[in-house]
Amino acid sequence: MDTFSGHIVKSYDQELNQMLSLVMKMGEKAGQCLEDAIKALVEKNGSLAQTVIQTDPEIDKLEREVDDLAVKILALRRPVARDLRTVIAALKITSDIERMGDHAANISRRAIELKGEKLPTSVDALARMTQLVVTMLKQALVAYQNSDEEMALHVWHQDREVDNMYAGLLRELLTYMMEDPRHIGACSQMLFIAKNIERSGDHVTNIAETIFYMVTGKSFVPPEQA
Amino acid sequence: MAKMQAQKLNLYYGYKQVLQDVSLNIPAKQVTSLIGPSGCGKSSFLRCLNRMNDHIEGVRIEGKVKLDRKNIYDPSADLVSLRARVGMVFQKPNPFPKSIYENVAYGPRIHGMYKTQADLDHIVERSLTQAGLWKEVKDRLDQMGTSLSGGQQQRLCIARAVAVNPEVLLMDEPCSALDPIATAKVEELIDHLRTSLSVVIVTHSLSQAARLSQQTAFFHQGRLIEASPTETLFTNPQNDETQKYITGRYG
Repeated sequence: MDTFSGHIVKSYDQELNQMLSLVMKMGEKAGQCLEDAIKALVEKNGSLAQTVIQTDPEIDKLEREVDDLAVKILALRRPVARDLRTVIAALKITSDIERMGDHAANISRRAIELKGEKLPTSVDALARMTQLVVTMLKQALVAYQNSDEEMALHVWHQDREVDNMYAGLLRELLTYMMEDPRHIGACSQMLFIAKNIERSGDHVTNIAETIFYMVTGKSFVPPEQA
Repeated sequence: MAKMQAQKLNLYYGYKQVLQDVSLNIPAKQVTSLIGPSGCGKSSFLRCLNRMNDHIEGVRIEGKVKLDRKNIYDPSADLVSLRARVGMVFQKPNPFPKSIYENVAYGPRIHGMYKTQADLDHIVERSLTQAGLWKEVKDRLDQMGTSLSGGQQQRLCIARAVAVNPEVLLMDEPCSALDPIATAKVEELIDHLRTSLSVVIVTHSLSQAARLSQQTAFFHQGRLIEASPTETLFTNPQNDETQKYITGRYG
């Protein structure tokens, strides 16, 4: 069933649904890119890393398509209330997803550089952290499609776990580097990768906040600021 | 502070109930828009605010409408002074078949609002200036009001309404017969008028309500469903019926 329905003018529903499916497609692509980027790192798979780098422009293109459609809807349909918030949300969510695509491409470039290096076991923690961020993104997309603010809040709270994992990884990599200066090259690359993933988690929390606004009409206030 | 207050207003045309328990405050020096589908009672409500429904056969009104805390339906209320204090502009411009000057001078004449001819000249100039029409007509005040374009005629009617210094101006779809440029001029005028008086406007154009008013009230089937600050109503309406109507989902 389409998410948007009930407008007297049916083509309005169609445009909103089209916008929603473009955002979903973009989010799924970015999630896949993050997964593949880390897989390329772990499995030292250069061609997979290349695929991720080549997918990034496709994500950018989807963002432009959503932008164009959103501008068209704003100009021609003059959306208000829930419809207006939906269009604003699409614009904000896609700019977060676009950044996640950039992070995936960055990780892939480092994966290519690290192909010949022996990686410390911390790479497993990186993979787990990525898996958590990707799961959060998938849940956020379901929350977006179903206008489910409860689920969006659930996603938001999981970011703390990502931050904890990031802090742990930082300590671990630091220890490796202190142990043997020959690890510094690879470990500092991995630090950047960890940062990319941690930032991706932040983008997912932004998306969760946007979904909360879209559904409730209220700005999300983090619990510690409430 | 509320300039006008409708309290538990019920309106019947014969056996048909047109308004049910409508309570709404009209804030001073603000524009209030009344929106809702055709037949929802918004125009009927507007007409209650200066007792324009009195003449309709079989009309019955319960509840109160207060102007500065005095009930305008009180038997002792002075209808002539009420109509001067609460003016009205209609959907179709309806200038009198008289000169531009006489159209505007009509109200001040019947209310005896001037002493000398110079006073009256001044009132006419002030009113036409307030209505943004003075520059366009100052050299042809003796021409017929009906010779003006539709948009100019509507601004002439507004000049006629403001000539008697009303405190509230009621407007029933004042732009529905006008092109976008004339509409913009009237909207600019309304925005300017609210520095000195309260405006209540019935409009079918939701974007006009959004552009123009500070408060919006949504009527449906004779009931007031929601009245909120315009910004709230168009970004986050509290009522599901309102949401459906303003997003174009209402059958």
